Amino acid sequence: MNDWLPLFVIIPLGVGFIAPLGSLRGPRAGGNRIPALALLTGLLLLGGSLAWLGREAAVYWIGGWPSRGSPTVGLSLVCDGLSQMLLVTINAIAFISLLYSWSYVRRYSGQPLYYSLFMIMLAGMNAVVLSGDVFNVFVFMEVAVIASYALVAFGTERPELEAAFKYVVLGSVSSLFVLLGIGLLYNLTGQLNMALIAEHLTGLPPTPAVWLAAGCFIMGFGLKAAMVPFHAWLPDAHPSAPAPISAMLSGVLIKAVGVYVVCRLMFSVFGMASPTGAAYANVLIVLGALSMLIGVLLAVGQWDFKRLLAYHSISQMGYVVLAVGVGAAVLAAEGSPSVAALAIFGGLFHMVNHAAFKSLLFLCSGSAEYTCGTRDLHELGGLKGVMPMTSGCCRVAALSIAGVPPFNGFWSKLIIVVALALAGYWGLAALAAVVSFMTLLSFIKVQRYVLEGDIPPRLSTVGEVPVPMRVAMAGLAIACLLLGVLVPLHKGVLIEPATTALTEGQTYAVRFRPAEPVDEVYVTVVETAGRVEP
Amino acid sequence: MTLGVLPYVLALVLTFIGLYVVVAKKNIIKIILGVIMLEHAVNLFLLLLGYRSGGTAPIRSPGDTVSAEAFAAGSVDPLPQALILTSIVIGLGCLALMVSLALRLHEKFGTFDMTRIRELRG
Repeated sequence: MNDWLPLFVIIPLGVGFIAPLGSLRGPRAGGNRIPALALLTGLLLLGGSLAWLGREAAVYWIGGWPSRGSPTVGLSLVCDGLSQMLLVTINAIAFISLLYSWSYVRRYSGQPLYYSLFMIMLAGMNAVVLSGDVFNVFVFMEVAVIASYALVAFGTERPELEAAFKYVVLGSVSSLFVLLGIGLLYNLTGQLNMALIAEHLTGLPPTPAVWLAAGCFIMGFGLKAAMVPFHAWLPDAHPSAPAPISAMLSGVLIKAVGVYVVCRLMFSVFGMASPTGAAYANVLIVLGALSMLIGVLLAVGQWDFKRLLAYHSISQMGYVVLAVGVGAAVLAAEGSPSVAALAIFGGLFHMVNHAAFKSLLFLCSGSAEYTCGTRDLHELGGLKGVMPMTSGCCRVAALSIAGVPPFNGFWSKLIIVVALALAGYWGLAALAAVVSFMTLLSFIKVQRYVLEGDIPPRLSTVGEVPVPMRVAMAGLAIACLLLGVLVPLHKGVLIEPATTALTEGQTYAVRFRPAEPVDEVYVTVVETAGRVEP
Repeated sequence: MTLGVLPYVLALVLTFIGLYVVVAKKNIIKIILGVIMLEHAVNLFLLLLGYRSGGTAPIRSPGDTVSAEAFAAGSVDPLPQALILTSIVIGLGCLALMVSLALRLHEKFGTFDMTRIRELRG
């Protein structure tokens, strides 16, 4: 069964390269074949990732190198609890977005190219969360983000191009910092496999090089995850993309290539027992709290529907980072493991919930733009009369993100606030509650200007969106409700294994390292690698 | 002949010049050049990690009489070179995308000046 693991990468990558064939007969050609192929792929991947849930952690060695006696010269794919959780989230949102794209993308030319980029982005994200090799993480992160740069520019109008250019420049700079950090780690340990790096780092004193590498990773992945000092690109880039892509970018991309990698490196590679771990945790707490507060403050004044949602993404990711950071700090200070686990549980649960409700909100904003042709809140209004389905879904999502019971956002925010208080961070717990209230205010504004009020005469003839878009939105709305109501049912298979994967920390090294070396030549070469004196 | 820390200093200087150009310059083409410089600085740094003065090429054929220890002690580290190769390819992809975006921006706005391409704000 482990041999099936690479298919999560190979299938979407293959479809990504087949899809452009659909545009051989001109940019407008393609018909339904390529969208159907993409949708089928999405369904297949979603089914596969669901089938993987609850399984034992698995390691797959690409090319089977370790069995041939070269233990540390292989690339591995690792699927533990955290990877499983993200895999399900990514592929579920991807499937919903593909379903939505079925109708939405018809107004763009070059439809096959859109699906090609979408699939390549999906392959990159799946590979990032599965990879057990730090350089492979970098390579597939680039695959995913380069596809996303192109997708942001897909409309090729003035704002799209401007946003994409800002995104590509900042994204490139952050990627280079990540590469620098990988180089430093390689020089310190002579390894690129994350398990082996972790094993070597436990024996090393915290030299300045370790700090520098950790700093490079915080800066690089922090920018990808749009933490507050590095957030400037997100409010431009996410709203400029087509709506299903906004849903993918805000819903899963910033998590897969940003927050996930930060968590993985911090807990599994650098380890919480080291001084770097404690400092790392404190940095995350500060970044998380800043993102949470500043994101929501900037969101309140926005009048562009999608831009408002983008600022809320920064704020909500702040919750995730803050909760995970507090969990890490408790572990580093050797506090109660159950409090740490609760904080991390809350953070990861909020990550899944945010994927559901933020994607739904972006899809709703896309529907409003699809029928009304504008995303300015001043020009919208009274949509509950003409678009009942969209309005209902939009309300569910707004209640979820604002933390109103019984929807999913309430439970994860409650767990986060309780965990913060238990860990002794009373101020931050209060701040989290206040930010939640401000989120509610901001979404009351959205309700007031989009769904309620008088319908502008210009919009009185608009109707409901096509069926695939309605089905996609309804699916996510149901997910928002079920993720909240069915916590006792799904936490054992979805969130708790992921929490355990993080709290177990550097035992990652023991569980996923290659078998003991057997061939002397390779051992010698590997042991001297990366230790070259200048 | 050893150069000591000089190549490292060069990598550092290139990094800072690249960052300065990306942050401070207004012209899109100059910003792209800044990103390229930054990329080369990082590549240079990676190359230096595996460099050993007087090292041989890291190619070992089956008939060699040199022992594995002696070979590993005498050759440069090949892995950073493989990393650089990958990073150059990725950089090329990024560069192509940036240049094509710059061309489209020039088509739409008629300028390469970033201060005059300002429709998104808030």
